[in-house]
Amino acid sequence: MGLNLNVIVGGEAGQGVQSLGFILAKSLARGGYHVFADQDYESRIRGGHNFFRVRVNDSQIAALIEEADILIAMNKESLDLHLGKLTKDGVAIFDEEAIKDYSPTKGLFGLPLESIAKEKAGDKLMTNSVALGAALGLMSYDLEILNKVLAEHFKGEVAKANILAAQAGYDYIKKQFKCNFNQQLRPFGQAQRMLLNGNEALALGSVAAGCKFVAGYPMTPATTILEYLAGKAEETGMVVVQPEDEIAAINMIIGAAFAGARAMTCTSGGGFCLMVEGLGLAGITETPVVVVNSQRSGPGIGLPTRTEQGDLEFVLHAAHGEFPRAVLAPATVEDAFYLTAKAFNIAEKYQTPVIILTDHYLGSSYATVERFDLSKITIERGQLLSEDEAARLTQYKRYQFTESGVSPRALPLYKNTLVLADSDEHSEEGHPIEDAETRTKMMLKRLRKLEGIRLEMGQPRFYGLPEAELTLVGWGSTYGALKEAVDLLRAEQIPANLLHLTELWPFPAETVSSILGKSRQSLVIENNATGQLARLIRRETGLKVSGTILKFDGRPFSPADILREIKKEVVHGKTG
Amino acid sequence: MVKLADYAGGQTAWCPGCGNFGILTAVKKALTELNLEPYQVLMVSGIGQAGKLPHYTRGNVLNVLHGRSLPAAIGAKLANAELIVLAIGGDGDGYGEGGNHFIHSMRRNHDLTYIVHDNQVYALTKGQASPTSDQGFISKTTPGGASAPLNPLALAVACDVGLVARSFAGDNEHLSQIIKIGIQHKGFALIDVLQPCVSFNHVNTFAWYRQRVYKLGDGYDPTDRIAAFQKALEWGDKIPIGVIYQNDRPTFEDNVPSLKKGPLVKQKLDPAVCNKLLDEFI
Repeated sequence: MGLNLNVIVGGEAGQGVQSLGFILAKSLARGGYHVFADQDYESRIRGGHNFFRVRVNDSQIAALIEEADILIAMNKESLDLHLGKLTKDGVAIFDEEAIKDYSPTKGLFGLPLESIAKEKAGDKLMTNSVALGAALGLMSYDLEILNKVLAEHFKGEVAKANILAAQAGYDYIKKQFKCNFNQQLRPFGQAQRMLLNGNEALALGSVAAGCKFVAGYPMTPATTILEYLAGKAEETGMVVVQPEDEIAAINMIIGAAFAGARAMTCTSGGGFCLMVEGLGLAGITETPVVVVNSQRSGPGIGLPTRTEQGDLEFVLHAAHGEFPRAVLAPATVEDAFYLTAKAFNIAEKYQTPVIILTDHYLGSSYATVERFDLSKITIERGQLLSEDEAARLTQYKRYQFTESGVSPRALPLYKNTLVLADSDEHSEEGHPIEDAETRTKMMLKRLRKLEGIRLEMGQPRFYGLPEAELTLVGWGSTYGALKEAVDLLRAEQIPANLLHLTELWPFPAETVSSILGKSRQSLVIENNATGQLARLIRRETGLKVSGTILKFDGRPFSPADILREIKKEVVHGKTG
Repeated sequence: MVKLADYAGGQTAWCPGCGNFGILTAVKKALTELNLEPYQVLMVSGIGQAGKLPHYTRGNVLNVLHGRSLPAAIGAKLANAELIVLAIGGDGDGYGEGGNHFIHSMRRNHDLTYIVHDNQVYALTKGQASPTSDQGFISKTTPGGASAPLNPLALAVACDVGLVARSFAGDNEHLSQIIKIGIQHKGFALIDVLQPCVSFNHVNTFAWYRQRVYKLGDGYDPTDRIAAFQKALEWGDKIPIGVIYQNDRPTFEDNVPSLKKGPLVKQKLDPAVCNKLLDEFI
């Protein structure tokens, strides 16, 4: 591995830790580096402790690391909490006038951040930019890149003052820091990569797919999807509604989709609980909707600003009765874009709900990615009839029995056809029925659609040596950490491979069986307490995995976490 | 010209003599007199005896869940503003299960017509008290008597909703005229229909209402909100019917920029709309 630098920015809520971290990440991305950044924050507006980690590499990365080469501590608590994570040659930057409890030792570099801000930029609000300039000074990074990012992020005089502050921080550290910081980052390459988080990518995926209607009630960690789309609504021609509750949200998108608009709602587990009734309505009325559940720790309110993969079994079974659905769990920021676009196609081709199961970690983590390729986005509306096509029909039945289970879909306001959709069990025409024969036929018609959806599903990802005896199995947002764990294992002479699922339902039973059937030892690694994927594998393939590594403390896995746990399992022979 | 026969529907499953028949006839009459063809109309209904109405006439139908007709109707209207959208349900459906949607749909003033068959009882589940049952109404689930009723009209006036009206299922001419006014009104129109339930409400019968209802006269000014509150609170020996309140404030749809380009369903779906947005992340 070449360059690999990690910066932790810590402070209390309200101190601008997120902006500071983001501007740093953006500046490094602009210089041609690959960046991965994750956020840890509390459910409060002021106070507490928040941090933002920025990892910089010269090749693509998709996982966090816990150690810091540079720690920017905006308060004492940040220094207390993270100093232990400083690498051997790492440096902690802090305001020596505000934090006096630490005596200068190796790795600790105090500077008068706030005083510099006041003196050089005329306002203590510029303190963060002094720290930013100082951190980039340590790396001898090109300050012009930072200045440009600051000029975009802030406006007018405020931008100018921030630029002055950054320059002052940079100059101060260049002059006063006597040791050698061993990681010098010169910008390289013409960076045309995007830097964005999973929620932004998901939102963009919906725009690219032609989603025209979004209704959502604010709930961490899904809120930023809604905010982004609302902010761009005029530009994208989308209608974004914040209704009274999540029940209204899902019923609104069902109404909009019935009328012919591509429609989506986004929420977290608690809001998804309220949507469950509506999910069943979409199932029986055969209405194509996309529902995003960005998971956080549950149950109840749980840990509102922390991550979990605890809703897998819930979304597979949510709502009473049986109907076809698809569940897609993006693993990366790129997936969040492309799988969201795909979700709309599946929903419309099979006229049924599609659930995107993401989480706080993926949604709030930033990564550098190649510009999304819009030529890869196709818009497939399946059996949706145009008004001309509908005009040629001699009779129209919304729920006509077909071999595929998919019935031609007309829209209201077509002159020649009336559309009747019913949440009661219904006839082909859409009127309520009670008789056993129609009920049976209509259930089978709907369930046949699952076979079509199955053919749409992409294969699980596979990484590492096929012949390795140890297979790690994961799903969704843990991909980056698991992939890097495989590399770390190889470096420690433990050959392993990774089977990673993103298109979870209908379940890719054949592929999973064939890979796990060859593996001597398999470990399912999940951000939940009970091993939901492990159980699903057992149910769908009959195979029992050798063990599980579970984490449900609200924090994401790091590759080092996984390595540590695997070594316990493999080296100490707990399983296998 | 649209004829009443264009709205002819199939067999009903209502009790003989039900107040719902009067409402069905009035809906058909109003749509015919407005010269609206069935394909232009979308009826979104909830669950309960009232929710079955769309199946007994002709038009586009979205029969949803108990209490959820309003959000589904709102979504459809926002997707295709050219549709004439009627939301239809009962008092339990709209004022009970859908209470939160009721309040906020009125507050936002969505452009649709909401017809509530208000029979003061849960009929389809066989006679339990509803949010508008009289205080003390005895049913199997309220053996000690129902609590004080909700006043939907006063609530609607409090929400400053576009149009608040009441009519009576036993006065077809009046009801169809009120429905016409509701459909023509730009904004949310609530039409609470006094609907006798012949099976489970033996107090508020056709005869009981006939003795009490009176039509608001020309002298009544429905734009006066305080007077509207007073009319909304009138109940007992005399029950007013007609337009109680009218307010032409902007609708929710008026404030949605994307709708100025025409109905959402007519917009082209093109991934290229994303191009500029992608560049903003570089």
